[in-house]
Amino acid sequence: MLVKRRNGDTASTGRLSQMAAAVSARPLDRRSFLRASGLTVGGLAALGTLGAGMTRRVEAAEGFTDMSQPIEIRTNICTHCSVGCTVKAEVQNGVWVGQEPAYKSPINRGTHCAKGASVRELVHGDRRIKYPMKKVGGEWQRISWDQALTEISEKMTEIRGRSGADSVYLLGSAKFSNEGAYLFRKFAAFWGTNNVDHQARICHSTTVAGVANTWGYGAMTNSYNDIRNSKTIIFMGSNAAEAHPVSLQHILEGKETQRANVMVFDPRFTRTAAHATEYVRFRPGTDIAVIYGMLWHIFENGWEDREYIASRVWGMDQIREETRAYPPEVVERITGIDGETLRRTAEKFAKERPSTFIWCMGGTQHTVGTANVRMYNNLLLATGNVGGEGNGANIFRGHCNVQGATDFGLDVGNLPCYYGLGAGAWKHWSRVWEVPYEYFVSRFDAVPAKGGRDARTPEQNMEVAGITSTRWFDAVTIDAEDIDQVDNIKAMLVFGHGGNTVPRMQDAQRGMDALDLLVVADPHPTTFAALHSRTDNTYLLPICTQFECSGSRTASNRSVQWGEKVVDPIFESDNDYAVIYGLAQRLGFADEMFKNYEMVQGKFGMEPTPESVLREINRGGWSTGYTGQSPERLKAHMANQEHFDLITLRALPDAPEEIRGDFYGLPWPCWGTPELRHPGTHILYNTNLPPMEGGGAFRPRFGLDRDGETLLAEGSWPAGSEIEDGYPQFTYGVLQELGWDADLTPQELATIRRIGNNDPEAMAAVSWSLDLSGGIQRVALMHGCVPFGNGKARAVAWNLPDPIPVHREPIYSPRTDLVAEYPTREDGRQQRMPNIGLTLQTANLENRVAEQFPIILTSGRLVEYEGGGEETRSNPWLAELQQDMFVEINPADASSRGIVDGGWVWVTGPEGGSRARVKALVTERVGQGVAFMPFHFAGWFQGEDQRGNYPEGTDPIVLGESVNVITTYGYDPVTGMHEGKVTLCQIAAA
Amino acid sequence: MARLKFLCDADRCIECNACVTACKNEHEVPWGINRRRVVTINDGLPGERSVSMACMHCTDAPCASVCPVDCFYTTDDAVVLHNKDTCIGCGYCSYACPFGAPQYPQTANFGTRGKMDKCTYCSGGPEPDMSEVEYIKYGSNRLAEGKLPLCAEMCSTKSLLAGDGDIIAEIYRERVVTRGYGSGAWGWRTAYGETVTV
Repeated sequence: MLVKRRNGDTASTGRLSQMAAAVSARPLDRRSFLRASGLTVGGLAALGTLGAGMTRRVEAAEGFTDMSQPIEIRTNICTHCSVGCTVKAEVQNGVWVGQEPAYKSPINRGTHCAKGASVRELVHGDRRIKYPMKKVGGEWQRISWDQALTEISEKMTEIRGRSGADSVYLLGSAKFSNEGAYLFRKFAAFWGTNNVDHQARICHSTTVAGVANTWGYGAMTNSYNDIRNSKTIIFMGSNAAEAHPVSLQHILEGKETQRANVMVFDPRFTRTAAHATEYVRFRPGTDIAVIYGMLWHIFENGWEDREYIASRVWGMDQIREETRAYPPEVVERITGIDGETLRRTAEKFAKERPSTFIWCMGGTQHTVGTANVRMYNNLLLATGNVGGEGNGANIFRGHCNVQGATDFGLDVGNLPCYYGLGAGAWKHWSRVWEVPYEYFVSRFDAVPAKGGRDARTPEQNMEVAGITSTRWFDAVTIDAEDIDQVDNIKAMLVFGHGGNTVPRMQDAQRGMDALDLLVVADPHPTTFAALHSRTDNTYLLPICTQFECSGSRTASNRSVQWGEKVVDPIFESDNDYAVIYGLAQRLGFADEMFKNYEMVQGKFGMEPTPESVLREINRGGWSTGYTGQSPERLKAHMANQEHFDLITLRALPDAPEEIRGDFYGLPWPCWGTPELRHPGTHILYNTNLPPMEGGGAFRPRFGLDRDGETLLAEGSWPAGSEIEDGYPQFTYGVLQELGWDADLTPQELATIRRIGNNDPEAMAAVSWSLDLSGGIQRVALMHGCVPFGNGKARAVAWNLPDPIPVHREPIYSPRTDLVAEYPTREDGRQQRMPNIGLTLQTANLENRVAEQFPIILTSGRLVEYEGGGEETRSNPWLAELQQDMFVEINPADASSRGIVDGGWVWVTGPEGGSRARVKALVTERVGQGVAFMPFHFAGWFQGEDQRGNYPEGTDPIVLGESVNVITTYGYDPVTGMHEGKVTLCQIAAA
Repeated sequence: MARLKFLCDADRCIECNACVTACKNEHEVPWGINRRRVVTINDGLPGERSVSMACMHCTDAPCASVCPVDCFYTTDDAVVLHNKDTCIGCGYCSYACPFGAPQYPQTANFGTRGKMDKCTYCSGGPEPDMSEVEYIKYGSNRLAEGKLPLCAEMCSTKSLLAGDGDIIAEIYRERVVTRGYGSGAWGWRTAYGETVTV
């Protein structure tokens, strides 16, 4: 009898089916390459299960659903990418027994990708961390939660006394719920540091900076669903077919119904490119020149949208001027794209509108990431493609709640909701948290003068951005004189974050070894638990997945979705809320920090309800419109998903009253109080709708004029506006001038008076984002106005490096002939750390690095895995599909090196003699001189198998070399984003 | 009576493998057994196409023709199933199948095969519907629950369609008309001896 369900036995692939696979899969593809690559299937299967015994056990079927027993349905959201697919779980006796298609969700309509279709396995969790552990003399030891949290907090306090609050780094997660992310940021504020960050640093920090500096908010302007309206779609540095598979449902259906142009610009012929109408290959790291090349044809032929530019864009003339430096022959020399191709694609983008531009980490992970993003924006602005149906900057975020975690300030430079770090921001949140501002001042370090830099008082220190997550290990090992805070980083608290996702892992390993305290709080041990050779002061805290707790998460399109707990946390794992509370309690500030929440008995102690945390967010998140999304409204949306339109995402007229007219998930900004019933904003900056119906305008946040020109919109306003022109942000003073202050209720006025301390001048300055009553927002909306004003987008961002973006060669450039002409930016200091990019680029030129390492190395995602990959590589249903780390290499490069398909190779990098042993996948997917490696692997380090470093039973099924062993130095000057997409390498047969 | 069929629209398949893991999830199929898999041709080249392949539940099933113990049977819904109590694991069906559907667990040393396993169209086997014994041998029986195969229900781009042949052919026909270009219904003709006419 075949026992086909999962059990302790090993079922390796029979020879016949291997043969069948090989026959049906010729010519070679990624999977048959791996299947044919030897005995790995059997070998890994042996590792993947309990042992390869010959005898077979028959147990009760664990996945069997007994239909005679009641089944509960729980809905949550997939915990992988940012599309926000609803997961429908069948639960019986507290066990998640089945996963059904969630047909009612307007986002995924029942569907999933490989990861989403296998999330049930996460709560089987054979390889999860089962209980708290610590390392004692190099051995992992089981301890209790109480012991773990007590020891951790004692050590934190001890380190704080020695090296200051800033020496503890709080690395958060895009896997947090909104409430978890917000609590973590609040925790950092109470601890007294801005050294708090999360994965957005390494995926879209440059997007957020670039987009927010162009037109107001750092987020996707439209939605996945809205792309169904697009007539032309450009993907640049985005492989959505693998990274956001369910988005392709909307894109491919849109492509069919609109007969849309789908153009993929990428160094690699991706799976997305395979479904495009046009694929354009270019040299990695030359995006700015590509966009200028397109703009050259647009301006040359007058295809730009002059009316749009005149009324809604500032500075486009300066961009037009700069475009002259990028005629077709220059652009071809830099990028490799011929002028005719650029002309053809530019013409379609400009003329066959609405056009949307989609980018991901191929655009953002560069030393010029922010400038790349601003050029994408300029292409959209020049062609009038922002603020309407089917157009826009559709930025596909990476993780299930990376948008929400960004919104709630898991960011070295922000308090929740992008208030920044200024005194006004601290005072605003002090009011919301009902804690005196002075308390926070007392928690921050005073920084002494050193390294020729001035001393800082605590008040000043709390307004200085922290160290980015891309540089944490430098901050551990750098000379203390060079770090712009009291002392080096001494402790890392890592919540839900891989350790293999930023370059220079040799240095990361040194950093991990040098820490005084390392805490990993995660469902899986991650690279942070296995890469180093630490013997003590290392803790593992088992955190449950979001399927084991409730809370809201924000998808890429800004829709906020409520997930309900599917099952209780498995093993001894616990949720983020409880763990943050437990730490705060032991550090002595829990009573103050949690006083506004409803506390309930959790698994091991008290914890706040996510509903009550969200209600506090609603009371403070005015700047981003996180105020209307009450838990009740979000839950009503989840319960009535079928009433939302597939394309407009709007609840139809036949929907129940409580959601009628709302946009699905109340995409932010959802202005005012929940009672105002703002429907959310499906499309940002859309002047076709009144603001109260989800319309808007560009946000004037950069002053009112520049160089004698107004920065307010001219002759453009949202539908139904009582002010038919541009206007600045609303304050109480502006309402008074307009005579609209009479529309405020006495209660609203009382709140404004309280915030303004009864001082008329201070009251007049109380703005839409500081008014805790929501009155200013309500009155502005009542008069058809956008609370933040009606301004112009900026084509030129004068406050950033390279206000007008220019092409700059990567630090490790293969084109030595171009480096002198297009050097990287000069050295500097950012986020408390030195940045020596130019020094390195110059040295590389002198040392002829490009001759020794002639192949460009770039990196990216695979559909089966996500992020650092520990979670997905531990899931047998996924791990089986992708069992080997590999490098894609062009046939010409392979044959000249004697490399055969499927053979082992050493990839070597230019820093620190780095090397990685991986398999070769010889394919024309990459061009000659370019190699590609996925970034999800870890557990092998420069040829060494580190499986033994994981606590027993928690090692992921599949291990492999990390691409970030090879990747190199390079940081965006605005956000500290690493250069993950262009470095140099050499490849040789192993 | 409905004739249940699969149709994979190769213009939509992005090789995301949701069908593969959905199948694993639904039936808890062990490591090494892939009732469904995604095959890519021209990988990395212009013209790259992927198709999701499993048992196509052929009209005149070649596996049934060659089976020496006659373990195959076709249900009233036109689903091709087999009886694992009868199967001797000889492997003939795997040679006959044009889609590489039959899978074999290795049960002992020396490469001997166990009972053949394949896609059941989520409709179990000869045991009583939705019984535990049926689940252990064949996986869950969604058809008996009034549902369709999970692989198709969860397909990310709605490339893989399952259901009454007339209905899915009509859905596909509408797509082809909308697109304005030809047919990418892989395997349809081989399995059912018909073309999808537009």
